[in-house]
Amino acid sequence: MATQILMPALSPTMTEGKLARWLKKVGDEVRAGDVIAEIETDKATMEVEAVDEGKLARILVDEGAEGVAVNTPIAVLAADGEDAGATTAPKQASPAAPKPSAEPAPAARPPATAAASPEKDWGPTAHISVREALRDAMAQEMRADDRVFLLGEEVAQYQGAYKVSQGLLEEFGARRVIDTPITEHGFTGMAVGAAMNGLRPIVEFMTFNFAMQAIDQIINSAAKTLYMSGGQMGCPIVFRGPNGAASRVAAQHSQCYASWYAHVPGLKVVAPWSSADAKGLLRAAIRDPNPVIVLENEILYGQSFDCPTAEDFVLPIGKAKIERPGEHVTLVAFSIMVGVAMKAAEALAAQGISAEVINLRSLRPLDIGTIVASVKKTNRIVTVEEGWPFAGIGAEVNMQIIEQCFDWLDAPPARVHGLDVPLPYAANLEKLALPQPEWVVDAVRKIV
Amino acid sequence: MAQAAVEAKRRGKGRDNGSGEAARARLLRAYHDMLLIRRFEEKAGQLYGMGLIGGFCHLYIGQEAVVVGLQMALGQGDQVITSYRDHGHMLATGMDPKGVMAELTGRATGYSHGKGGSMHMFSKEKNFFGGHGIVGAQVSLGAGLAFSNWYRGNDRVCLTYFGEGASNQGQVFESFNLAALMKLPCVFVIENNKYGMGTSVERASASRDLSKNGAPWGIAGMQVDGMDVEAVHDAAEQAVAACRAGKGPYLLEVKTYRYRGHSMSDPGKYRTREEIQKMRSERDCIEGARHKLEGLGVDEAELKAIDDAIKRQVQEAADFAQSSPEPDPSELWTDVLLEG
Repeated sequence: MATQILMPALSPTMTEGKLARWLKKVGDEVRAGDVIAEIETDKATMEVEAVDEGKLARILVDEGAEGVAVNTPIAVLAADGEDAGATTAPKQASPAAPKPSAEPAPAARPPATAAASPEKDWGPTAHISVREALRDAMAQEMRADDRVFLLGEEVAQYQGAYKVSQGLLEEFGARRVIDTPITEHGFTGMAVGAAMNGLRPIVEFMTFNFAMQAIDQIINSAAKTLYMSGGQMGCPIVFRGPNGAASRVAAQHSQCYASWYAHVPGLKVVAPWSSADAKGLLRAAIRDPNPVIVLENEILYGQSFDCPTAEDFVLPIGKAKIERPGEHVTLVAFSIMVGVAMKAAEALAAQGISAEVINLRSLRPLDIGTIVASVKKTNRIVTVEEGWPFAGIGAEVNMQIIEQCFDWLDAPPARVHGLDVPLPYAANLEKLALPQPEWVVDAVRKIV
Repeated sequence: MAQAAVEAKRRGKGRDNGSGEAARARLLRAYHDMLLIRRFEEKAGQLYGMGLIGGFCHLYIGQEAVVVGLQMALGQGDQVITSYRDHGHMLATGMDPKGVMAELTGRATGYSHGKGGSMHMFSKEKNFFGGHGIVGAQVSLGAGLAFSNWYRGNDRVCLTYFGEGASNQGQVFESFNLAALMKLPCVFVIENNKYGMGTSVERASASRDLSKNGAPWGIAGMQVDGMDVEAVHDAAEQAVAACRAGKGPYLLEVKTYRYRGHSMSDPGKYRTREEIQKMRSERDCIEGARHKLEGLGVDEAELKAIDDAIKRQVQEAADFAQSSPEPDPSELWTDVLLEG
């Protein structure tokens, strides 16, 4: 049976081209892979290779022809033994254009979370450090599930660069608590591969600054593969470590990555403040079937808070906590800035201003419902974050508030944030660059 | 290549190849699998030309002996991972040509429901872990698949494919180090088709023998003639057996050649037409296998029957890929996250 050779598209954007030259003439035998013609596009000259075998029966577009549309028949190929003359009505390999979708794609995802339900009472508590809370969370989950293991630099024999993994090597052995070489890109990719095959790695980054070496694996491999595989290939993995400024370690070691990771669909991002946050959120992160980023804070590691002792204590990812109820303004913060907001609320109370402090706990998904409910009560919002302002978490929260409860606002939303400079080393300059409780007080005073 | 490949073949002869009948059946199967990939890819190129496949499309034509020879050394439960030039790997693992072609055309019946495309397909059932678009990223992921075997204490092996272009990526060397440190059961396979897009290997790598790139970490390496499916199979058996025996990773540099451009929109000015034609006419893996089969007494009719069956199978895949519906708009929001 004769087949038509169609003008091929040689790039995703090509719609037409010039048929520059025929390299075969009528009557020539053509084998699959033979170059039969040259085509010029605006970008390049390309060769057209035959796909089928046969004899070139007719040439339908002469060489030199310009503006030949893609899919125009350019020649007729007669199959073996077929009479070239009998090709007057060739079968056209007609391109079945994809059916356009009947209905337009949904523009927005399903509705966001509802307003907050009250925090569950977990019973007795103990006063423990954030460091201990994180260690206990990992130990409990490793006892419960053999698929869970910890890897990273200095996590095993050294007991953790910041002593978060203290005692884990002794309890779980070298198979499950693994020291890696300083090779973030490689060991992160390795952990992601292990997760794709059903293990549940906890990757400790000595700090999130170093995770930049591995960010391709976190985003392109861990976050996107479930979607690109049509739901086949999940990636249950936790990436954790200290984020943001520590103390006097300068710009390369002092950056907040909250908005970087919260930007990415396919990731969950949590940022604990207290010991309870740390323990409850890390346990939830380890159990979660998705990649979860746990943004810890080095300065908080040594701070102690009351933390539930219940064996099954866990916190839901995606729920914020009202740390301090108030009437006049909503302060929204996460990680170490919750402490700053709490101090500011204290100072504001002394001035007769009642601030409600929301600890976000989770950045993606964001519990916008709890924030909206609060703003509908207080009619004012100030976000507080350590990171830079441009496209930051505060920008996102305030935009969503404008979208969802503009009419309830009695003042423009405000944000407090780290200054828009690389963090300096000098003690006085560093202090000038990072949000202090007074900055929050000042921001509130401007809108109340 | 010659010396090492000859060496590999010689050693291959030492093991039990079974009867002449078994060798003949194996070569016949290899011929079938290589031809299926070639015809599939020719059809994919055709559908691309018709505008039915979009975006990037990297064809495997010329390299078929690599995946077919390596796959023959694998057993149940072994894993495979590769880059974006992945259609051949998927067919070699036994994935359905219909599902692969339907993914190329972006339809609901494709392996990724139309959400991955040419470069991102997966099959849990066949232990095929993609299909990755970032050059070199699959190498660390492959080390991780091998790690999961190590962690579970089983004797499974992961075949981790990458091109000679990717072999210069930093994370490849990081993965060599990790795999060697932990003795991970990972066969690293460099498919050296001589050109990383338009840059020849000589212009991209100071290493003149890529099979030795793992040597600083003590990783055993071998060069293999990738245009000879039996040579590839012999080398693969040796590498996989070493990994299975707990000796740690193995590195194969398989010397091959792609006949088509890097992707569909490659004007191909970095090499001569004569160079391509010479490889096609003198070294083609399918022609080579066919010639050997004829020597083994396989008659024309039997080969023709295979050719015809494959042609039909590929046409069915193409028809399926064109007649399947596009994904439902609601699919836009699925598979972003799994339910906790």
